[in-house]
Formats: sequence, C-alpha cells, structure tokens
Amino acid sequence: MKTQLHIDWTSCDGRGLCAELLPGVLDRDDWGYPVARGKAGRERTDVPLRDADLEAAQEAVVLCPKLALSLHERKVQ
Amino acid sequence: MSQANDTYPPVPMQEGTRQEPRLLAAGPDAGWAQHLDTFGTWEPHTAGPGLLEELAAAGLTGRGGAAFETWRKATAAAGSGRKGMFPGRPVVVANGAEGEQLSFKDRTLLAHAPHLVLDGLMALAEALGGASTYVYAPAAGLPRVQQAISERPRGKRIRLVQSPETFISGESSAVVNMIAHGSAVPTDQRRRLSESGLNGRPTLVVNVETLAQVALIARYGAPWFRHAGTPTDPGTRLVSVSGPAPARDVVLEVPGGAQLSAVLEEAGMDPAALSAVLVGGYHGRWVRPAGHALSPVGPPARTARPGAGVIHALDLQACGIQATARMVSYLADQSARQCGPCMFGLPAMASVLNRIAGGETNHRLASELDRLGKLVTGRGACRHPEGTTGLVSSALEVFAPDFRAHLSGYCTGPGGAAA
Repeated sequence: MKTQLHIDWTSCDGRGLCAELLPGVLDRDDWGYPVARGKAGRERTDVPLRDADLEAAQEAVVLCPKLALSLHERKVQ
Repeated sequence: MSQANDTYPPVPMQEGTRQEPRLLAAGPDAGWAQHLDTFGTWEPHTAGPGLLEELAAAGLTGRGGAAFETWRKATAAAGSGRKGMFPGRPVVVANGAEGEQLSFKDRTLLAHAPHLVLDGLMALAEALGGASTYVYAPAAGLPRVQQAISERPRGKRIRLVQSPETFISGESSAVVNMIAHGSAVPTDQRRRLSESGLNGRPTLVVNVETLAQVALIARYGAPWFRHAGTPTDPGTRLVSVSGPAPARDVVLEVPGGAQLSAVLEEAGMDPAALSAVLVGGYHGRWVRPAGHALSPVGPPARTARPGAGVIHALDLQACGIQATARMVSYLADQSARQCGPCMFGLPAMASVLNRIAGGETNHRLASELDRLGKLVTGRGACRHPEGTTGLVSSALEVFAPDFRAHLSGYCTGPGGAAA
C-alpha cells in the first residue's frame, strides 16, 4: 500500500500552505496553486508520498483552509 | 444470445469496399416498426450478465472519447453494486451530450436510430441486475427520444434529463452532477463513478453510440461485431466529418482501423488538397491527412485516436495556427472555472497562441506555450487541461513551419504577412 495526497482542484484556492509544509513534494505554479515536483499526468492530482513526508502531509490535510487535501491508500500497481 | 435475422446482419465486407451501415441500417427517422423490421424482434430485458462477457469478446470500446473498454467499465459498476452492507442499485446513463463543436454523429444517431440506443441502454441495465436508466441529451434531441420511448412496449421507466450546450456537459462526472444537482460541471473524483456515482450508487455513463453498438452485439454476437474492423480495433464507429467547401458535413460509419485518407475521400475530399486534419475533436490532435489509421490503439506516428469521432479537415490555404488559436480561445472560455490551473492556465495559453497567430515576432512565445501546456496537465477535476495541451502540442508539431514563419513575421496562410 502506498499513501497518496489527493488534491481537490475544485476546492483548492492556491493559498500555498501545503507547499510550505511539503517543500520537497510541492512547488507552486504561476498563480500559486500546488504542483507536484517531478510528477506527470494524474500523479499531479493524486501525489504519491514517501514515508518521510507522511507527517507533514497529515499536517497539510488538517491545516488546508479550503479542506482541499486528503490522504488515500492505494495498492501499488 | 443472438437472434439472427434474414436480412441483417449483412455478410462480412471485402477489404477496400465501403462499410455497410450497421447503426443507421434502419434508415432515416426509423420508428419502432422499422427498427424491428431491420434488426429483428428482440427483448432487451432478457439480457443477463452474459451480455458483459459478450461485450468483452467483442472488444467494444467507448465511442464518446476515452475509448475505454465497455465491459470493464460495466463489470466495475456491477461489482460495486454487489459490495457493502447496503448495495446500491446501479445507474446507467445514455450520454447524448455532444459538447464537441465539430461533432454531430450522436445527434444524428439519436434522431434516426433512437430505438437502437434504447435497446442498448435497457440491455445494459438488465445485465447489471436491473439498473435505473437515464437518457441525457440536448434539448433538440429529447422530443425524438421521448417519442421513441412512447412507441415501445417497455421503457416507461427511462428518465430524460436535458444537457446544457457547453463543451464539458458530457464529461462523466458533469453528467452525474447535472442529474443529481442540476449543474453540469465536473466534480472532484476521489472515487470512481463506477463505485460511487449518482446518489452514491454505482454509475455507468455510456455514450449513445456505444449503447447502440451494445444493442447490436447483444443481438448478433461478438463474432459478427468483429467481422468489421481490425483485431485491435474491432467493429465500426460513426465519425462526424467536416472540411473546406464544397465538402459538406457528413456522418459516416467506418470500420475500426480505417485509413484517414480513405475516410476523407469517402466524405468527398481530396487528401492532397488538405494541409492537416483535426482528429478526435478539440481535445484531439492535428495530423497530416495521409499515413494515419483511425484507431484508439497503435503507434502514434501511424495512428490517430478517433476520440469522439471528429474529423475536421483544413485546406492548404488556411492557417493552422489561427485555427488552433480560435479553438484554444473557445476551450479557455469553456473552462468551468472551478480548478485554478484550468481557470488561469487555459486563458494564458490562448493568449500566447493568439499573440503568435497575430504575428508577434517574439521567439520566446513558442517555448512559453509549451511550458504552460506542461504546467496545467494532470491538474484538474477533469481532463480539460490535458485535452487542451494535447491539441496545442500537436499544432506545434504539425504546424512547426507555420510557427517559425509566424515568429518571423510571415503567415503561410492567405495574405502572406501575419496579422
């Protein structure tokens, strides 16, 4: 099982707290919205996490002012 | 599961000859009697789970754009319907929303062969153990569907929902959102619709042409379906073909893996007199008119994915950059403005492309266009951003000489100088 950080783009407002908490995982685009570093395609919406980033990711989920983040367990394909 | 009919299905076609009509075999404005006369009597409510196996054997893929295998999608919904403490009754939606500007095959099918679509809808609903059924279509198409429902002995439980005339109204989650809440914009999909769709029930949103194909496969079986097309792209598909005058807009039924040039010729165009062809719709790709087969699978250099079945040809005099700029402006305008990267990124892409189309000689514009495309991809509730990026990147490739000319202040189109 692998944990993914899901970004609900319909809720995200680009406040940027997640990118501050997860600087190694998320960058910000021209308009402030998060961009998963080094990921392509749908892995930029369901971002795979390393174990080391789990704690910061949980914090981001709780602190996101727009409640746009959630964590999911996905089977490794 | 198949009940053959003396007059239909036709014998397999020889290679190189035109595809016999299957979906529109009952002729124009086919009513109930004509429908039964052409396709034979058959009771869709007798379809069982065996239908899904037949669809798998047929290798039918969705005709609405994504070309996902129909049996997989249906099996996922059937599986979810059986799971959990309170298994939800599945939902099947016939999707006739045709938001693609250059597509008209679905409205043609709904107008002339509504009974085939309803057969497929009811059969698939039965195969899922008695699912609820909806037809989702634009206002212009609904009266014909309503009339067809009233002509049938069964079908009174099919509900009709009007789709708005927007580009994204046919996106699966937008369809479910419209039926549930009256708002045809995509929703965040943490869970697949086949697991949790309309009111949390397993939901299958199926393009109307796909359902008509289901009806034929249920009647005549997978081997018959596979008489047309290729092993990797079996059966037939409807395509909406448009191009420069005097070519007229036409819906053709073509075998899987058909050569694009042959389809253009059948529509009355000379491929040598065309500069490029948009295949798949505004979320599709520009390709050269020669050397491509229409198929959802195959090497990109020799294959063009038919997507929603749009084939739009550009004549040699037209400027591909200006044509693409108009399309991208439209796509940016059609953003639901829910997701930031789409809401800001698509207008930014349209702006850069319009500056190039307008003749601004700034060599950084092409790389900026490429950067913006890569930036928005994969970042939205639906695939509107990557669909738009795909169109732009194909334009950068196919119209590369035109881009160079534009960025040097010339347009290869009419008039010579850009803008």
